Amino acid sequence: MAKYLLLKHYRGSMPSPVPGCDAPMSEWTPEEIDAHIGFMNDFAAKLTERGEFVDGQALAPEGAWVRYDGEGRPPVTDGPFAETKDLIAGWMIIDVSSQERAYEAAAELSSAPGQGGRPIHEWIEVRPFLEHPPTVTE
Amino acid sequence: MTHLDRLDGRDRNGSDVERERTEGGPERKRTDGGPERKRTGGGAERGGPDWRVLGPSVLGVLVRRGAPFAAAEDAVQEAMLEAVRHWQDRVPDDPRAWLITTARRKLVDEQRAEIARRRRELRDHAEPESGPTEEADDTLQLLFLCCHPALSDTSAVALTLRAVGGLTTRQIAEAYLVPEATMAQRISRAKKSLAGKGFQAQGDLGRVLTVLYLVFNEGHSGEVDLAGEAIRLTRQLVAAARSPESAGLLALMLLHHARRPARWTSHGDLVPLDEQDRRRWDTGLIAEGVEIIQQALAQDRLGPYQCQAAIAALHADAPTSAETDWPQILSWYDELLTLTNSPVVALNRAVAVGEVDGPLAGLRAAEAVPRSIPRRTAVLAHLHERASSLTRARELYLEAAAAATNLAEQRHLTKQAARLHDQTRPRETS
Repeated sequence: MAKYLLLKHYRGSMPSPVPGCDAPMSEWTPEEIDAHIGFMNDFAAKLTERGEFVDGQALAPEGAWVRYDGEGRPPVTDGPFAETKDLIAGWMIIDVSSQERAYEAAAELSSAPGQGGRPIHEWIEVRPFLEHPPTVTE
Repeated sequence: MTHLDRLDGRDRNGSDVERERTEGGPERKRTDGGPERKRTGGGAERGGPDWRVLGPSVLGVLVRRGAPFAAAEDAVQEAMLEAVRHWQDRVPDDPRAWLITTARRKLVDEQRAEIARRRRELRDHAEPESGPTEEADDTLQLLFLCCHPALSDTSAVALTLRAVGGLTTRQIAEAYLVPEATMAQRISRAKKSLAGKGFQAQGDLGRVLTVLYLVFNEGHSGEVDLAGEAIRLTRQLVAAARSPESAGLLALMLLHHARRPARWTSHGDLVPLDEQDRRRWDTGLIAEGVEIIQQALAQDRLGPYQCQAAIAALHADAPTSAETDWPQILSWYDELLTLTNSPVVALNRAVAVGEVDGPLAGLRAAEAVPRSIPRRTAVLAHLHERASSLTRARELYLEAAAAATNLAEQRHLTKQAARLHDQTRPRETS
């Protein structure tokens, strides 16, 4: 088994959206939003049932950069940043048997219905976790 | 108190409304934090001993008799483990007394070992058995200790649930979505900060109320229903020390808990108060809450929790959203604002102003609230929509959604924006 992080982005450096599928959620109808959220919930439930779900969280769009500024000084903050910056909307962690299965799950997540009930074809970033070293190495 | 007139004399026996709770059959978990179970003699009547009542009760006795908190807690745990081993065949007639004796022996053993190490003298714990009043006092003293001002809110919440609520560390960790080891550490650090503090003669009641309010308001759904747990603990507090404000808090919790079945859709969406199906409100809890707040208000020692409970009672009293008595609610917000001077209250008051004097007056009141107050933008959006400035309302809903601090609110606000988008764009023919 291997763990993968599936990242959803609000916006950012992902490849170009599939034409006709990039209307923001606030331009959908409330029913379309319900259908989308229902799909997401079902997706998580399905992964849980398969024994693959580890964790999932959503993040607020607003945040800041913070860093140390020396002894006795308050932290330095920067941001929030303009539209062009990468913004993570949330994540799901899955524990699956292969990379192929991780991609399959990500593609399913990306098929969530949007405007007019059509799949949104959203880009999902898939990042493998660095694992513990195995006991047997030779 | 003239402005609670309408709360008087209403028949709230609940006969006209189908009780939600009956639907799930006998196995459904009780979530209303129902009346406190009988504590004396130990709850072994049905389905085995009730550890969650026994544990804290025994702990209270030990700590009142001067045992250090952390050591007493360990002793109670060990006594309960021993009970699990010994009670398999037969539960003793008085499980609580059995546990007190065993825990005291554990405590003494532990202290002897301690003495052997440190060559100190043993304290004598022989004291008469406690009666019901002393038990109530124990609960109260434990609450005051767990909500000690030296502890942060998060620590006080965790320790209260552990020591007074009798929940396991795993259950608390689950309710706050943190790993069990993290929660164990939080509790153990809290106990260390209390070392040497002992029971205070005068506890800080306001602090206890704050902690119980946090438990009610900020739990997640795990194995344990934290809102129900908060109600149970507040009932214990009210039983031990009836003050108008603790009664006010209990009433506030009951009245909000009554609405819970109507507050969420089946797929986890938030339903705002004015759209809730009021037939799904729990009339039994409402009746109880109304009675408690009326009794509290009659003592004429008004405080913020009583004001909030009065407002909740007025909402509960309206058969439909349109029949809400907003002028009375507004007068309670005026009282509450005078008592607290809180900008959050000022924002909620603006909503009431909008209902009583129209959306433009509401907007003026809301705009006077500092920008940093959460939900200010959402309130402005709502008032703009009521004032028919739909484009501005939609912009504000989007802005509010971006600033929302929880997923349910974010979704709700996005859908409000979507709804207005649907209304304001030209209709396409398909």
